Amino acid sequence: MAEFEPVLLANIRREDSHTLRVYEESGGYNTWKKVLQEWKPSEVIDVVKASNLRGRGGAGFPTGLKWTFLPKDHPGPVYFCLNADESEPGTFNNRILMEQDPHQVLEGLALSCYATGASTAYFYMRYEYPLAWERCQAAVEEGYARGYFGKNILDSGYSLDVYLHRGAAAYICGEETGLIESLEGRRAWPRIKPPFPAVEGAFRKPTVVNNIETAACVKHICEKGSDWFRSMGIPADPDNPRDAGSYGPKLYCLSGHVEKPGCYEAPCGITVWQLINEFGGGIRGGKQAKAAIPGGISMGLLTADEFDCPLDFASPGKYGCLGLGTAAVVVMDETVSMIDFLHNSCQFFAHESCGQCTPCREGTSWALKMLKRIKAGRGRLKDLELLLEIGDNIGIMPGTTICGLADGAAWPIKNAIRKFRDEFEDYIRRTNPEGYMETDPVPALEIIGVH
Amino acid sequence: MNENGNTTAERVLTDEMIAEIQKYLPRYPDKQAVTLPALHVVNEHLRYVPLQAVVEIAELLELHPSQVQDTLSFYGFFKQDRPHGETRAWVCRSISCHLLGADDLLEHLCERAGIQPGETTANGKLTLEYGECLGACEFAPCILANKTLHKCVSKADADAFLDSL
Repeated sequence: MAEFEPVLLANIRREDSHTLRVYEESGGYNTWKKVLQEWKPSEVIDVVKASNLRGRGGAGFPTGLKWTFLPKDHPGPVYFCLNADESEPGTFNNRILMEQDPHQVLEGLALSCYATGASTAYFYMRYEYPLAWERCQAAVEEGYARGYFGKNILDSGYSLDVYLHRGAAAYICGEETGLIESLEGRRAWPRIKPPFPAVEGAFRKPTVVNNIETAACVKHICEKGSDWFRSMGIPADPDNPRDAGSYGPKLYCLSGHVEKPGCYEAPCGITVWQLINEFGGGIRGGKQAKAAIPGGISMGLLTADEFDCPLDFASPGKYGCLGLGTAAVVVMDETVSMIDFLHNSCQFFAHESCGQCTPCREGTSWALKMLKRIKAGRGRLKDLELLLEIGDNIGIMPGTTICGLADGAAWPIKNAIRKFRDEFEDYIRRTNPEGYMETDPVPALEIIGVH
Repeated sequence: MNENGNTTAERVLTDEMIAEIQKYLPRYPDKQAVTLPALHVVNEHLRYVPLQAVVEIAELLELHPSQVQDTLSFYGFFKQDRPHGETRAWVCRSISCHLLGADDLLEHLCERAGIQPGETTANGKLTLEYGECLGACEFAPCILANKTLHKCVSKADADAFLDSL
């Protein structure tokens, strides 16, 4: 990994990296100027399509392809939403980019808007990032003052307004149609698709929603070309026509029981062990690893035996996980109880389910009630079957919910119980020796809820 | 008395708040999109958004109050009964912080401050809440107190934080 030079994080080592002055010193906005003067919007789309860039927000959908779903020759307006609602547990790469290098994000945003014909961009940021909010606000103002945004930018005839829009602490706003509903001033209930946002999105107009890191990648693809982007990462599987490959540099968030948690940049597809050992300084305190979340808690669990899993878009699925997600790896050492882990995961999803679809609203809250009871020493072996029944039946994949939040809630349940079944059974037998075989309905424990 | 026979409540939104809210209007193609910005404006000023403010926001944005209230209530972020403390502190409880002692930290803070999660101290200085992932997992366990992120918080740090209020 020694030869790899960070690209997305290149600027952040510099002092005052968040200012326009420092960004311009290292060539910032030169790509924006060049593209405005020399490229047609379609050329930006072409290079991004050729790069095979896949969205960095979690779903991994090819960015260029998403852009081409916009209707041709639409009279407009077309809206662009920059998704900075990063809230997936374990994930903080967008925060780093926004706090330390907001202009890189904004240059990528401007290029993306130019490509898609959007003249208004809503930069939707989660509430919990006050420093990122302040810095992005300042960066937008600097950009306007310098003429990089606004009317008739650099005499190109192209105009773009960028507005920051602040969320109010709800995980579901990261789902692209939930984000749009929230932006419009309503409860953030995801919409049934189709119509996809590209056809009917914000304010019923064609809309593109892209992640912060995706925008940063667009900047570098326009600057260095699609071949550069495809020179790193994991190529598409030739035997799988649906695999778009996993190219480019990727930001990995590493936290939990490692010596040096942090946000690290590497070619897409390094393994969990490489991330832990080459970047994270190994497992904390010299302990043994037990498990890891591969890409945000929604993606499920890898056992320590599975840490050879490459962190590209395709591989976590081969290990039974949901996918690469946000590429946020949370490491758990040998001292962690999987009952405790799953309780924490269920607690998160029960709190963040938006309540629109019954299977998710009820499934997540019943899963939490059961985990709470198991944890309190009143579990029954039958509970594991009930939990798996919830896990197998809530989500967009079984087809019972509108959005993928429930799939994300289901995966930790399915992975934890199926990969650590003995531990769950032992715990239940040990803590509830009188009642572990009972199958009659039992009253749930009360849930204490705040914020 | 207004037309519905209710006593007209005293206005909550100041001219300053109204001006701040109106600045958002040109950014969006319709007024309803200003709902969240308006709620934030009021919350910044008052540390809560009483029902009367909801009614006044609705009037400004040409909405029915129930539309604004519906959005407000979805988030669980805006308090309505009384203002939160001068400092509103969120103790992250999501997985990375949990692994590094967030539960103990929250319990310790509650004990020291003499309140339960969600409550405000009698002197109005502090509202203590748990939060879901604050996106600062490399600094676990962390606390976001108003605009300040407290990183890798030990119990001693937590005590110092409480003493500083």
